[in-house]
Amino acid sequence: MPEAGCRVAVIGASARRVARALVIAGIGLVTASAPARAQSPQDTAREIERYREAVADSSPGELWEIRGEDLWKTRRGPNKVSLEQCDLGEGPGVVAGALARLPRWFADAGRVMDLETRLLHCMVTLQGFEAAALQRQAFGSGEQRSDFEALSAWIAAESRGRTLVPPLDHPAEQAAWRLGRELFFVRGGTHDFACTTCHAQSGRRIRLQELPNLSRPEEARRVLVTWPAYRVSQGEMRTLQWRMNDCFRQQRFPDLVFGSDVSVALLSYLLNNARGAALAGPGVRR
Amino acid sequence: MADPMRIRARIEGDQCVVRVLIGHEMETGQRRDATGRLVPAWFIQRVTATTGGRVVFSASWGPAVSKNPVIQFSYAGARVGDRLQVTWVDTRGDRRTDEAVVSA
Repeated sequence: MPEAGCRVAVIGASARRVARALVIAGIGLVTASAPARAQSPQDTAREIERYREAVADSSPGELWEIRGEDLWKTRRGPNKVSLEQCDLGEGPGVVAGALARLPRWFADAGRVMDLETRLLHCMVTLQGFEAAALQRQAFGSGEQRSDFEALSAWIAAESRGRTLVPPLDHPAEQAAWRLGRELFFVRGGTHDFACTTCHAQSGRRIRLQELPNLSRPEEARRVLVTWPAYRVSQGEMRTLQWRMNDCFRQQRFPDLVFGSDVSVALLSYLLNNARGAALAGPGVRR
Repeated sequence: MADPMRIRARIEGDQCVVRVLIGHEMETGQRRDATGRLVPAWFIQRVTATTGGRVVFSASWGPAVSKNPVIQFSYAGARVGDRLQVTWVDTRGDRRTDEAVVSA
């Protein structure tokens, strides 16, 4: 049979094996390109980028995009309606480009919302879901899947290539941005951490992960546009709300409530720092 | 129910290059959950690709293949418009088949 003539490649890494796999992948790539000399931080960063490109071609994130589109269009919840009347800011049901203008002020909710907070609002007000139950399932883990992660992936794909310009005209949008900037510098918790402990210097890494200086527009642009992103180490699509939540956990801060004003304010600050960049999500991250 | 596969089949030179993205947990059976209990093994054991009744690719997999695996293989003798079916079967006996049309 022609099976014998097949060339086969199996790509990917799992949460359970990724730490070692990544190290091997990183070393393999580095030695292949620069066998004779010691690797500089620039070399390592470049090779990590190459690894990312290799994984991005056929990203498993597509599985979340497919499910997200389905979730948007399926009649669900106690009210048995789809999300197609959900207004992400560009009008009811308009998805294309919506992510490029979030977070923003929503008069019907009386507050500034990022994508996921808005989705939560639509699932509660349109579909009749209970907010607390949705918040408990905001982040997926294995077989327990998050609707927010799937919806965010699809909506991000529908905004790919659009220029990120979150509005800052409304006083509440400006207030959220100011609060976010303040929070970014607040030190606290058992470890006296702030966002700036890791994200206020350029060219630093923790293990293989670069730590962007998120107050610098060039660095914020490069990072923020790739979210939501498929995290290879977790085998999950992760969103910006997840990123804020997990940074709070790592700082030993109190739990960040999904869709809270604090989470929206931080995202307002970060996404406005990335203003002017072309959206490129869902991306692939370590 | 299992998620649909994403299958791309494109003619490149005299070969048809096929890329398949499969959504599956691929549990090894060696991982423990938060309470310390072993998570039972659950992975794809068999992947087969056929076109026009001809098997062009088959694989027997074990627990070492990653979650949400991507496979790439190529075969000769394909024409644009051919239909290609990919099927997987896992350790629970679940199976899924998806189809793609070969493009230029």
